[in-house]
Amino acid sequence: MKKVKTIKVDIDKCNGCRACEMICSAFHATPKYSSNNPEKSKIRVLFDPIKDIYVPVYAGGYTEAECNGWDIYTIDGKEYDECAFCRASCPSRDLFTDPDSGLPLQCDMCLDDPPQDEPLCVKWCHADALTYEEREEEGEEAKKKPDEMEVGLQSLVKNHGAKKVMESLAKLKQEKD
Amino acid sequence: MRYAETGYNLEIDLSSGNIERVATDPRDMELYLGGQGTAAKILWDRVGPEVDPFSEDNLLIFSAGLLHATPVPSATRASVDTISAQTGLYSHSLFGGFWGPELKHAGYDKIILRGKAKGLVYLWIHNDKVEIRDASHLAGKGTMETAECLKKELKDAKVQVAAIGLAGENRVYMSSIEHYNSSASRGVGHIMGDKRVKAIALRGTKDVYVAKPAELFDLCNRQYKVIYDKGSSVMTHSHNEAWHTDVFAWGFARERRKGFWNKELEEEWAKVTDSVFVRYNGCYNCSIDCHATISYPGRRSFSYKCYGKLTYAMAAYQDVAFNYDIMGLTQEYGLDSFSTPQVLAFACELYEAGILTDKDLPDFPEDSGKRFFYLLEKIVRREGVGDALANGVYWAARQIGKGAEEYDHNTTKKFEQVPLKLGALNYPYFLMYATGAKMNITQIEGSFPQNAIPDKERRKAFVDKWEAAPDKFKKIYMEWEPRTQPPIDAAVAIADWNETMHYIDDSVGICAFVSAFKGQFNKSSYHINNYPEFISLASGLELDQDKLWETARRNRTLIRAINNRRGMRREDEKPPHGHWKQRLPDIEKQLIDEYYKFKGWNEDGIPTKQELDRLGLGYVSQDFIKRGILTDDKASPAKETSA
Repeated sequence: MKKVKTIKVDIDKCNGCRACEMICSAFHATPKYSSNNPEKSKIRVLFDPIKDIYVPVYAGGYTEAECNGWDIYTIDGKEYDECAFCRASCPSRDLFTDPDSGLPLQCDMCLDDPPQDEPLCVKWCHADALTYEEREEEGEEAKKKPDEMEVGLQSLVKNHGAKKVMESLAKLKQEKD
Repeated sequence: MRYAETGYNLEIDLSSGNIERVATDPRDMELYLGGQGTAAKILWDRVGPEVDPFSEDNLLIFSAGLLHATPVPSATRASVDTISAQTGLYSHSLFGGFWGPELKHAGYDKIILRGKAKGLVYLWIHNDKVEIRDASHLAGKGTMETAECLKKELKDAKVQVAAIGLAGENRVYMSSIEHYNSSASRGVGHIMGDKRVKAIALRGTKDVYVAKPAELFDLCNRQYKVIYDKGSSVMTHSHNEAWHTDVFAWGFARERRKGFWNKELEEEWAKVTDSVFVRYNGCYNCSIDCHATISYPGRRSFSYKCYGKLTYAMAAYQDVAFNYDIMGLTQEYGLDSFSTPQVLAFACELYEAGILTDKDLPDFPEDSGKRFFYLLEKIVRREGVGDALANGVYWAARQIGKGAEEYDHNTTKKFEQVPLKLGALNYPYFLMYATGAKMNITQIEGSFPQNAIPDKERRKAFVDKWEAAPDKFKKIYMEWEPRTQPPIDAAVAIADWNETMHYIDDSVGICAFVSAFKGQFNKSSYHINNYPEFISLASGLELDQDKLWETARRNRTLIRAINNRRGMRREDEKPPHGHWKQRLPDIEKQLIDEYYKFKGWNEDGIPTKQELDRLGLGYVSQDFIKRGILTDDKASPAKETSA
């Protein structure tokens, strides 16, 4: 069994105050709380008050390719772009992309240092549009995420092949010795 | 590094097209905080008394508050400051939503507009990229429609737009600047129209820094909950309109209908509201959703809050459905929902009196509701008699003549007041109506209760829990005999406290709904005792209650000076003629005398040299002496100052 951590979103309860964006960006700023900038938040409220559209979305993973999800869904008489519900940071929109570095943003459920017992966006959402849920699901616990060095090496392997990378490393070691 | 503020203003000359990003003096934050305060300094420095409000030299200043884009909850109200053509005086209004914080994230504390564009334009501000763009395709479009068009045109749903409608384009004095769920009114929309600026669209993605981040977040986290818990009392959420329908006057601020409200009516109106109600909504980082989105058949959706639900209905002797119907239109035209119904009801009265005739109003309908819609179209287009009515009650009465002046019974300093007709003279309220610079009593009142709790013990219990009040006011309240007026010195102090809180709110950008207007009783959100900590932790300013109070006094005095320099004097300080049935000329004179003394103003209502110099406004006293407004030191004897 594996533990799944999710934020349940009730779009009927959201009032568009965007406090979730504020606290998220602040908690993840370096140093902590040094700034709050909704653009760097890992949760965004996509909303159009006049059409009564309020969709809080928290950032999922980065995807390299654009998808074909341009469909329109009509729910309760309101038109939603399929993108509105998508959690991906992708090349086809600027959502979940750090405005300074251009790097993708991803929600970590506030398990950053110090780890919080529930994500802060949930804690700050007094309208209860966001609720935190942990549940058990079939399947194996997700593998530990690769660290920074491994991510770098993986990318080198992808671009140059494992053999070439190993050779270069061996050469570097030789030179150093 | 600058904390809380960005340290930059955006200066746009609409005549030449010149755009500059100008660094501001950090000392200004210390002296005037930001928002309305720093805007007043710019107006003093750059808009002299000779400047016609409709000239290129008038400035229209949009300011974010000092606390906007910091974690401080409910910091949402952007300030718009200019000189109004209606009053000829300093004009100021606020709007919430998301626009102020977005401006800070774009990297600016203010947008200062001067000159006039040749054709209708809109401004597109995306961080460092600032453009003046053609808006001819938006001419005549509604305010929300404009916002929608711009979001599409700029291909970004996160753009924040503030726009004028047809009313602003045609320089209607009651016109507003609309943004999402909020609007700035009280004489700023017509100046935006005069400058030919249809809208300002913003997108900001930059950081804004605060001085003591961790401490501030800890404080704000707790504050957010306090505000939320208090929020359930907002009137927007209630179907019970007994208070508004009973206390406020109907028609052209003429008649109170006590006992109008009843259970059946409540059920009936609630049914109407439920059928068009969409959602309560909030502003940026505020846990009170005090606005309601309404979608009335055949109209664009709009938002209202509190008494906005009834201003048109009561002026026209109609019901809540009528109010929703007409607001769907007035929000698109961009009209203030306080002053506009007054002007419409005024026109109806003139027609009934035979001063306006079928010649002025051909095919004028019988039904009062239809009359409102009819007049609205004439006013926003300045057609026929609508051209005079578009200038508000004071000017319209004089332009129409034939005795219409007699009907101008509810303006102060040429500006429409809330429709209230009361019995006994209320001392603090007399002072606030007479001397207030923010033109609408809702922007001046709020801190001190309007009635004393009769039971002494309950009153004591109230005072014990009253964390917002300085001790002086607890004492005044305890000694206040129910159904009597407080002593004159107490009335002066109460008026001063009330307005001081608003001057703080409007410079830091906190919404008065959680502070000066409704925040000072019971479980308070922002007040003089806790404000310094929020402002200090965010901005790095060293601040205590006394220093903050002094800063508010400086802002109040500076705005007073702008108006004095434009000719405002003691004789202009008159509340609406029939506001109270009881008038007490001797007491009123004493009240004004004592208030002026308390404020450090001379008998004519002009701040003395000593007071100005004490507040660090030496540049004002020098200017006054140069212009002969203060003749010399002897004209402002020291005994008149309060310090």
